[in-house]
Amino acid sequence: MRPFKFSTTADSNEVSKILIANPHARLLGGGTNLLDLMKEDVERPTELVEVGNIDVMKIVSPASATGSIVIPAVEKNARTANDPAIRENFPMLSQAILSGASAQIRNMATNGGNLNQRTRCTYFYDVAMPCNKREPGSGCGAMKGLNRMHAIFGWSDKCVAVHPSDMCVALAALDAVVKVQGANGKQRSIPFTAYHRLPGDQPQKDNTLQPGELITAIEIPKNNFAENSYYLKVRDRASYAFALISVAAAMELKNNKIVRVSIAMGGVAHKPWRASVAEKYLLHKEATEANFKIAAANEMKLAKPLEHNLYKVELGRKALVRALMQAANGGKTI
Amino acid sequence: MAIIGKPINRVDALLKVTGAAKYAAEFNQPNMVYAFPVRSTIAKGSVTAIDSSAAEKSAGVIKILTPENAPQLKAIDPKVKTGGMLGEQLLPLQDNLVYYFGQYIALVVAETYEQARAAASLVKVNYSKEKHAIDLNTELPNGYKPQKVQGEDAQVNEGKTAPVIDATANKISYTYTTPTENHHPMEPHASIAVWEGGDKLTLYDSTQGVMGARGTLAYHFSLTPENVQIVSPYVGGGFGCKGSQWGHMLLAAMAAKLVQRPVKLAITRQMMQTNVGRRPATQQKMAMATDDQGMLTAIRHHTDSYGNKSDFFEPSGKQTAVLYKAPLREITYKIAKLNIGTPTYMRAPGETPGTFALESAIDEMAYKMKMDPVAFRVLNHTAEDPSKKHPFSSENLLDCYTIGSEKIGWQQRKAEPGQLRKGKQLIGYGVATATYPAGRSAASAKVQLMADGSVIVQSASQDIGTGTYTIIAQTASETLGIPVEKITVKIGDSSFPPAPVSGGSMTTASVNPAVMAAAEMVRKELLALATADAGSSLKGRRPEDIGYADGNFFVTADKTTADSYADIMRRNNKNIVEACTTAMPASGSGLGAPTAPCMEAPIDKEENSDKEKYSFHSFGAQFAEVWVDEDFGTIRVKRFVSVQDVGRIMNEKTARSQIIGGVIYGIGAALMEETAYDHRWANPTTRTLADYHVPVNLDVPDIDVHFIGKPDPHISPIGARGIGEIGTTGVSAAIANAVFNATGKRLRDLPFTPDKMLLKS
Repeated sequence: MRPFKFSTTADSNEVSKILIANPHARLLGGGTNLLDLMKEDVERPTELVEVGNIDVMKIVSPASATGSIVIPAVEKNARTANDPAIRENFPMLSQAILSGASAQIRNMATNGGNLNQRTRCTYFYDVAMPCNKREPGSGCGAMKGLNRMHAIFGWSDKCVAVHPSDMCVALAALDAVVKVQGANGKQRSIPFTAYHRLPGDQPQKDNTLQPGELITAIEIPKNNFAENSYYLKVRDRASYAFALISVAAAMELKNNKIVRVSIAMGGVAHKPWRASVAEKYLLHKEATEANFKIAAANEMKLAKPLEHNLYKVELGRKALVRALMQAANGGKTI
Repeated sequence: MAIIGKPINRVDALLKVTGAAKYAAEFNQPNMVYAFPVRSTIAKGSVTAIDSSAAEKSAGVIKILTPENAPQLKAIDPKVKTGGMLGEQLLPLQDNLVYYFGQYIALVVAETYEQARAAASLVKVNYSKEKHAIDLNTELPNGYKPQKVQGEDAQVNEGKTAPVIDATANKISYTYTTPTENHHPMEPHASIAVWEGGDKLTLYDSTQGVMGARGTLAYHFSLTPENVQIVSPYVGGGFGCKGSQWGHMLLAAMAAKLVQRPVKLAITRQMMQTNVGRRPATQQKMAMATDDQGMLTAIRHHTDSYGNKSDFFEPSGKQTAVLYKAPLREITYKIAKLNIGTPTYMRAPGETPGTFALESAIDEMAYKMKMDPVAFRVLNHTAEDPSKKHPFSSENLLDCYTIGSEKIGWQQRKAEPGQLRKGKQLIGYGVATATYPAGRSAASAKVQLMADGSVIVQSASQDIGTGTYTIIAQTASETLGIPVEKITVKIGDSSFPPAPVSGGSMTTASVNPAVMAAAEMVRKELLALATADAGSSLKGRRPEDIGYADGNFFVTADKTTADSYADIMRRNNKNIVEACTTAMPASGSGLGAPTAPCMEAPIDKEENSDKEKYSFHSFGAQFAEVWVDEDFGTIRVKRFVSVQDVGRIMNEKTARSQIIGGVIYGIGAALMEETAYDHRWANPTTRTLADYHVPVNLDVPDIDVHFIGKPDPHISPIGARGIGEIGTTGVSAAIANAVFNATGKRLRDLPFTPDKMLLKS
């Protein structure tokens, strides 16, 4: 890796200042993705700011006023997944986090870093290959290359990469809010579904953070999904693999009627993909396999597969149905 | 004292789990510097210019080696036997030609690893690019038909099976494909080169063969072999990619010579995909026919594969020459040249992809004839080598089928696919035959008994994680009558008595007879001292009346009449009693005649691997139970039974680990392992272990290993055959056959990832 300046701070205002002063500065959380990228010469920061000790707070239990839970950005993935309040109120988030990476990586990785991790597209990682995300204007290697792992929704002719996170898929379904802080301590809240971007003409931009901004926390609003939610991940091996398809499915049922539903998919797009077509179909309907199948088919009709990922359309349809069935079944295996 | 066979812990276990075992990259030297390669980003053509100006100015950079300034190596001469084996016929930085993506084209040497790596990223290269060959089917018409495969004919009965197979309806004919795979041992290759003056070289290296490495380094640097020392005490896995010598070893020595400081070159996981060999992809066209009773009448096995800068090709027809009683078999190959890093030996080269094709086809044939796949194999079993017509040295394959069937619960299997399920999971059972040749090569060992009762055993063998240290200690212990704790095994150093490469599953069969013979000589010499010694209670006794245990000789009929080794040595003023032997198999020595002071071990021909008389093979039966998700096509191996007929077991624990590891390797090949290439650049896109999947814990079920355990009376006086590779053979076919039994879907293209199941109707 190339030489860089290294500092550590517990002061988030100081971090903003560094980020504004040096556009080539990067924040170091657990380092589980950034350091790999530096070794590969994909990320070439001139300055690293270690932020692991910033504003550490415990995950708070649901507040009496709103019932929301706030997760600190610098908290580790593993502790977040295993927090009793998260397990009780948002079991789907625990499932999603624990289905990602390995125990060792989850012990190191931070929540903020999970949101800001980069795609695992092989063309992005190999600096000998063209990649508009790494080097705007150089072309997309995956578009006509080996794109078995790539997007079927929302891609552009500039980029077909997918966001690799599991945690983010659950957070998208839970309508979380990303709390960010910019210059002079200015606070901002971004709806989770608006935090990550589709590639469009600027695939180099993964998210909507502005220069100088850093994530301080993620807030999850209260919901009644705990009883009927499930995170399903289909992958090439039993563990420690990125999703071919994942589905975060959550419902609120009254006498088996769906009064609220939220579905997000992973492994299909440049950002966690809210299955809004399926959601719309299911709202106020009975939670039956027949309805789930129609909803899933409707959603997957919009897919635009590439040369090597046609299978994701069929797999996505079946995964949506299975996840919804298991959510309806109290999260238990059917 | 029967110590051979006991499941004792590895003698190096504590060193390994505490991190005290030193691996190649850990032998840091005073004044050492670091090298990092620059690799080509084209697959064919030439380097026209290297601009290293920015890199040279980068912090810590000492030298940048290019073909312009790199030390010249003695050229490859196919006629010369160097004692080593280059992985590819390509010496680094001797010219500007490029044969594959990722080839070493320059080398940065700097004060630290990070500095070398950073500077390497600043080297700018211009190329003259030529059209590369990357598609096997496109290139096959220009391919060649190899004449020899590991000393045997590579084109057997070409065209002769067609009349038999075409004439019957009792036949099957399918093509099976396997992808390029990489070995990916846990420890990547690493070399530290240290020169003393211009004519003495020490290389700390992670290698499966210290003698071969010595031969190659000595030859290409024009050194006498005795002035080259290869040190490789621990190897974090090899699987074949450390069996021959690759460019980084030469580069480390070239750089050290040029900068006149010790140089460390540790390659990256990305380079493991491009620079140290691979198992090439195969397309295997299988056809076979039976009579109306299901007796095979003919088997045809044609392999299409590729090579690059060597004569190696995947010999996937090997097992088809050995298994089943078919009176007619046709085994042929055609090999194309592709611009992919050069293929090499990978765990069970030939048999791993070959048994996938043969044993899948056998299953398909059994279904075609509406016969039980185990019964079909039993019916067609052969008790002699069907190609050479020799008896097998020892063969208990029918027992393997019987025991395996019982252990997996074969009777639960429904002949009709898709009949067993649990929820969304379809359950199936599959069987396949395993086989691998039982090789043996000449090997030497020196045994030294010290006055304090301790023993040192030396051999230039290697322990690549298999347990070689441990079983050598067990052999010496049992032969000398000295506890294992008092025995120090020294291997992995080319200055020890020569031994073969740890490849081809032949270390156990080769080295232990030498250890046993040397230990016997020591014991006999010591006993001769005692029986001639007036101070010994054994004075005048006949050797055949004397037993030995725990460092003592005793009269077998009266154990109280005894004398200790320590006392005998003390009375005879001996600080050391030692012997060195070379165990030479009857057919083919590998190493040539023993060199003094080593003496040839006296072994009767009948128990000395006489290939003129016997055919030496191990056998086994692999049984899988798989669960397949009916919606997602995800395959989980739920149980696996491996019954192995591999001769005498030297250590029940390390042997079991070898088979378990082999089965896991097979599960990887069956379900996930593939090195994928983008044909536009001919680059591997599976660059790291995030893309190149190997099984993780959750992919690995309970693996029930059972050994037949009958010693092979003809391979050596010990009776043990090697077991490093057979565990992998047949595994992917057993899984494929189980998947068919579960789902009715026949997958013929490895690996069986969910997309293939989903797209298969």
